[in-house]
Amino acid sequence: MIITEQKSLEEILRMLESFRKVFIIGCGTCATVVQTGGEEQVKQMAERLKNSGKDVVGAVVVETPCDARILRRDTRNFKNVIQSSDVILCMTCGAGVQDVVEHLRKPSIPALNTKFLGIIEHIGEFYERCRACGECILHETGGICPVVRCPKGMLNGPCGGMYDGKCEVGGYKRDCVWVLIYDRLKELNMLDIYRSYKPPRDNSKLNVQPRDIIWVKN
Amino acid sequence: MSGETISELMASLKSGKFTFTGELEPEKTTNLNRYVEAAKKIKGYVVACNITDNPQSFAYISSLAASYIIQRDSGLETIYQITCRDRNRIAIFSDLLGASALGIRNVLALTGDHTTLGDTPHAKPVFDLDSVQLIKMIRRIVDEGIDMNGKPIESPPKFFIGAGANPNAHPIEPELIKFEKKVYAGADFFQTQVVFDIEKAKNFLKETSKYNVPVIIGIFPLKSYGVAEYFDKNVPGVKVPKDLMDALAKASEISDKNLRRAKYDKINLKYFSNFIKELRGTTSASGCHIMSVGYEEIIPLLVKAAE
Repeated sequence: MIITEQKSLEEILRMLESFRKVFIIGCGTCATVVQTGGEEQVKQMAERLKNSGKDVVGAVVVETPCDARILRRDTRNFKNVIQSSDVILCMTCGAGVQDVVEHLRKPSIPALNTKFLGIIEHIGEFYERCRACGECILHETGGICPVVRCPKGMLNGPCGGMYDGKCEVGGYKRDCVWVLIYDRLKELNMLDIYRSYKPPRDNSKLNVQPRDIIWVKN
Repeated sequence: MSGETISELMASLKSGKFTFTGELEPEKTTNLNRYVEAAKKIKGYVVACNITDNPQSFAYISSLAASYIIQRDSGLETIYQITCRDRNRIAIFSDLLGASALGIRNVLALTGDHTTLGDTPHAKPVFDLDSVQLIKMIRRIVDEGIDMNGKPIESPPKFFIGAGANPNAHPIEPELIKFEKKVYAGADFFQTQVVFDIEKAKNFLKETSKYNVPVIIGIFPLKSYGVAEYFDKNVPGVKVPKDLMDALAKASEISDKNLRRAKYDKINLKYFSNFIKELRGTTSASGCHIMSVGYEEIIPLLVKAAE
């Protein structure tokens, strides 16, 4: 799940300063689950913008705004009203905003900050679990990712900043992921994997940006 | 630690002599006179001296430049500390070649403290390599004369490669496995985090002696009660023993400055000379790393007292 957070109304109004007629696009997938850009939040945002003197000309929650096909399908009936608006406020992740810009050709403004790729423990409790690094090694680490969960991205065990199984970054509140990995691999009787040397990562997989995947047809 | 002897530190450890090393922490300055003077004072008592690389992520003078100048102007051999926090593998490789060209022979390869702990918390943390990978990279540079991609280096550098270890780690098992990884990656010697509790040092040495790699135990003479309190409260896993703490607290109440200083020195000499004697007499420790930052004058006295 892509975890997002709503920007403050103050910041949103600042970005909207030079625009009057606003069309709002929400997200029916991640932002709906995370409750930052679903039906309810889009309705609330429209209300707040109206109270702040903006003219909200329309709104729609697109099932998956990051999928160009769905974006086009779900906005088809709003073509004219979108055309008449000054700006689109996107209650989506950054990918959604860019898809909107690309396909609807209107000034677009992000209402959310895209935080991370994570899991939802409860609503309001989200944990980053994947950096989308392009080189998955979870089979070597007991299914616990050190790339994302160690602030230094250590690959060969804990650093000197671990004490009592906790991490120095953030004041010894979070678990040291290398202690979690040790415990897990020990439990699974797989400590040999823990002992093995992990070479430096191949950053070329991450550094050639932006990354894309294009299937080649045979 | 095989092959040609390339540094005095290596020679000392090879000879089996109980070896002392010191530590200097040049800060936000371009003038190294004070550190050169400190190095001259401890020369002859320590074989070599670590020069820290932006410790605790505080932005200071480059450890490479400081290692070179202090070694050149004091005649005391330096141990160039290099961390993975601020430089990617290209920069580290390049600095290593530069260090060798400048005559630096000892390096201590560390991961480095996290950027958020220091005085420039908004900096991008690099950590392209971790300490184990860095050790392996240096080993290959030295032994095989190649870079990380297998490309040959003209006149490859020679380094005596040090690694860090933490006897205070809790749990200790993941740290012991990391120690093993550093040995297999090619560490020639270890310098440990500060230890006050001799039992922790003994247990650690018991577990690590089988690798036959010299381990130099870190100690930290406490210049004042304030320093001791700071350590006790702020360095996790490092507890200053109660009797030492009480003695320092009592000394802090002495109003005469000179008498107070003399008392502090006496307490430190007693505690740490006993510590060193026990380490030397009963364990496999190869030496002691005296991290008395800002308290260098204690080193000659302590080394003599521990004889």
